Amino acid sequence: MSAAPEHAPTMAQATLAERIGPFMPVLLVPLLALAGFVAIMNPASWLTLTVSGLAMGMMIFLMASGLTLVFGLMDVINFGHGAFVSVGAFVGITVLMGLGHLTEAPSLMLNLGAVLLAVIGAMLATGAMGWAFEKIIVAPVYGHHLKQILVTMGGLIVVEQLIIVLWGPEEIYFNRPEALKGAITFAGAAIEKYRLVAVVVGLAVFAAMRWVLRRTKIGLIVRAGVENGEMVEALGYRLKLVFVGVFIAGSALAGLGGVMWALYQEVITAHMGNHAMILIFIVVIIGGLGSVEGCFIGALLVGLMQNYIAFIEPKAALISNIALMVTILMWRPMGMIPVVKAK
Amino acid sequence: MSDTALLTLEGVYTNIAQYHILQGVDLVVPRGGVTMLLGRNGVGKTTTLRSIIGHWRAHQGRILFDGQDITKLATPAIARLGIGFVPEDMGIFADLTVEENMVLAAVSGPIHSARLDWIFTAFPPLKTFWKSHAGNLSGGQKQMLSIARAMVEERKLYLIDEPTKGLAPAIISTMAKALKDLKDQGSSVLLVEQNFAVAKALGDSANVMDDGRMIWSGEMAELGRDAALQERLMGLSMEAH
Amino acid sequence: MIRSLLSGDMPRSLPLALILGGILLCLALAPFLFPGVRTVDTAARICIFIVLVASYDLLLGYGGIVSFAHTMFFGIGAYGVALTSTHMGRGFDAIAIGALAGATLAAALALLIGLFSLRVRAIFFAMITLAVASAVAVLVSQLSGLTGGEDGLTFKTPRTLGPAFKFGKEVFDGTLFGVKLNGKLLAYYFVFTGALVLFLALLRVVNSPFGRVLQAIRENDFRAESIGYRVVYYRVAATCLSAAIAALAGSLYAVWLRYVGPDTVLSMELMVDILLMVVIGGMGTLYGAMIGATLFVLAQNYLQNLMGAASGLVEGLPLLPELLSADRWLLWLGVLFILSVYFFPTGVVGRLRGDR
Repeated sequence: MSAAPEHAPTMAQATLAERIGPFMPVLLVPLLALAGFVAIMNPASWLTLTVSGLAMGMMIFLMASGLTLVFGLMDVINFGHGAFVSVGAFVGITVLMGLGHLTEAPSLMLNLGAVLLAVIGAMLATGAMGWAFEKIIVAPVYGHHLKQILVTMGGLIVVEQLIIVLWGPEEIYFNRPEALKGAITFAGAAIEKYRLVAVVVGLAVFAAMRWVLRRTKIGLIVRAGVENGEMVEALGYRLKLVFVGVFIAGSALAGLGGVMWALYQEVITAHMGNHAMILIFIVVIIGGLGSVEGCFIGALLVGLMQNYIAFIEPKAALISNIALMVTILMWRPMGMIPVVKAK
Repeated sequence: MSDTALLTLEGVYTNIAQYHILQGVDLVVPRGGVTMLLGRNGVGKTTTLRSIIGHWRAHQGRILFDGQDITKLATPAIARLGIGFVPEDMGIFADLTVEENMVLAAVSGPIHSARLDWIFTAFPPLKTFWKSHAGNLSGGQKQMLSIARAMVEERKLYLIDEPTKGLAPAIISTMAKALKDLKDQGSSVLLVEQNFAVAKALGDSANVMDDGRMIWSGEMAELGRDAALQERLMGLSMEAH
Repeated sequence: MIRSLLSGDMPRSLPLALILGGILLCLALAPFLFPGVRTVDTAARICIFIVLVASYDLLLGYGGIVSFAHTMFFGIGAYGVALTSTHMGRGFDAIAIGALAGATLAAALALLIGLFSLRVRAIFFAMITLAVASAVAVLVSQLSGLTGGEDGLTFKTPRTLGPAFKFGKEVFDGTLFGVKLNGKLLAYYFVFTGALVLFLALLRVVNSPFGRVLQAIRENDFRAESIGYRVVYYRVAATCLSAAIAALAGSLYAVWLRYVGPDTVLSMELMVDILLMVVIGGMGTLYGAMIGATLFVLAQNYLQNLMGAASGLVEGLPLLPELLSADRWLLWLGVLFILSVYFFPTGVVGRLRGDR
């Protein structure tokens, strides 16, 4: 029995830049927060803006995560993803408005219970819609990017119009549940309660997603499928089925993001998902298409950037995110955490 | 014939885009032993394996596995019938650890520890790098992982595409040893191999392809003895190795 | 003669040739055939949208690239003319400078976007153009000092293109076949001629060797690259050209409307309209743009009334009046759009030519 040949690999000492390289995207978030601190020069305002930037980032992450996974897994680009955000918002808010006795009661538990029911309703609706969307709109155009873009865009238009048919063309204003109104003061900074809730929910979903992807077999299949779907099938896994599952989960998450976003804005319109798509696209591009971690970091960067710049120069907020995207693409053309495809 | 044969290809035609790669391939893989699939580069060996596992679709002809027509089955269903596949590009999931690659390959449940011990004995580096990302392995180690993934469960048939391609001689002998182990356990293997020494050492029967067709089938020993036959079937490419 | 004007790209189908000829004739004689403020306005819009959609088809149909920034380029051309006409005073020089500046800026912007998105993946381009175009639209609304914000800009074009300008009194007594000879008529022919020239120029481009390479890239970019064509250069060049022509179409639109505003020239709805026109007419053929734009603008103007009538008929039934309301016509267009991409990818022209 011969042992494997001895290997004596030697490695040149990595330079500091090389060693930091892989962690650079993660470091960008505190770096941006630091830059924001220097630019704003007011700890209280900075804290308020940072929390609201993180909250916004978390919500964008919820909306964008499904899109990036769907692309990574099946090379499907869904321009209609924003439809799930809108539908989630409308269904969720409808449920919430129907639960007036819960939302108006001055009890945190009752309020959160109402929000939870709204979220469940929204996620069920968008999950089911995701299933139908995949079957009707996406399935016939696998492997054909151009048609995917056109058809999913068409799907978005149809869904937006159906929302108008069902809920009317007007914007719908509403109030957050009692316990989520107002702000708490911390270190001299006013922090809206709802933003803290958004941060907690976002972190929880990200942690859960990471756990599923790292620790479960289905997560292994998804991660392996992003890299080399053909081989996953050759091992005996029905990737198509997994993909439909991911599509549904991604749609439901977008629905969750829609409810959260709606509660943040306290107004909903049929086009809100389409508008959110702008930031969602920026986030998935700078994160690296297919990477959940990249998407998370990208979302936080975009959220912080948007809030800092809006404070310094309101008109430059959206442009600053375009600038962020350009800068990151010049640094890493495939996004911060590029997903390596086997083929 | 079909009672003893594990896998039978009958007149299989496979097109890739507008190219007719396979033009009526006939192949019989018996139960037990190593069946060699030989031939020069580009004659359709890899396409034959890919047609069996269902990555490419046979447009004509039939593929029978274990008495069942699998021509139209989806890849996952074919694999679940008990086929382990080691593709030419190894198909390693670089972003996953060695362990995760192996866990994923064990389709029917947790890996049996005896099986794992056997794999670790055959490929010691896999034990060393068990928790490392597969992308960080060397070329030879990746090939070991690819074969180990197929071996992690008992399969009815192993499809192995050029396991020694581009490897150092020391590692080639490790591979050959592992494949010999597999053979001695009574497994059935369909092996594509360019290294003629390895082919001679492992092969029981041999099939030679040219231009998308099977041009010769017989005993590996017979082909191994007859230099003129090798020359006629495969040109000089084999002797060069 | 005709063949060389059309750059050898003949309709190749009698019904198609008849339809195209019919459209051309109707547009050329629109003020005389269909006198009336609204009909002439419709004809002018058709002319402009034909160019806009054809320039988009250069990207989508010939280049296989999806862009969502086409209205941005269209808007840049329109705002260019509006701004120069506002600040330099009315005059053809202001129009020329505005149009030229708009086209140059559009091409430069397209170059920039193309260079950093097309070199990675063509699919980035769709997403990045969507983001950039939306940001620009927001910016235009916000910079009200320069652009008039949401209200837009109303400006004056040369006197000779205004309704107050009369001519031909001595020879024709001021009318020809009962149509008043005034500046509005001249403005129409200004738009018509401009559109015709731009369309023929586009026809020349797509039938040139450049156009053929572009199509080869669309079919198989990998192979085109390995034959030795720098795929990125061709795609970026197509993007710039398409942007410049869209900007010129925008300039024509501004001259015709004597007004620009974010809703009229920059909105996402307009972008969706362009997509619909390209797909319905037929991707990958400029004649598709002609048919698509004509059908769409006519439908936009007249079909909505029809839907309104249909909605009235089913009044009292649940949901149906809502679905058929004239405001919901985008719903049905969306459905039509999806169905055309699935079942009808070569559009009207493809059908008439008997392609697959």
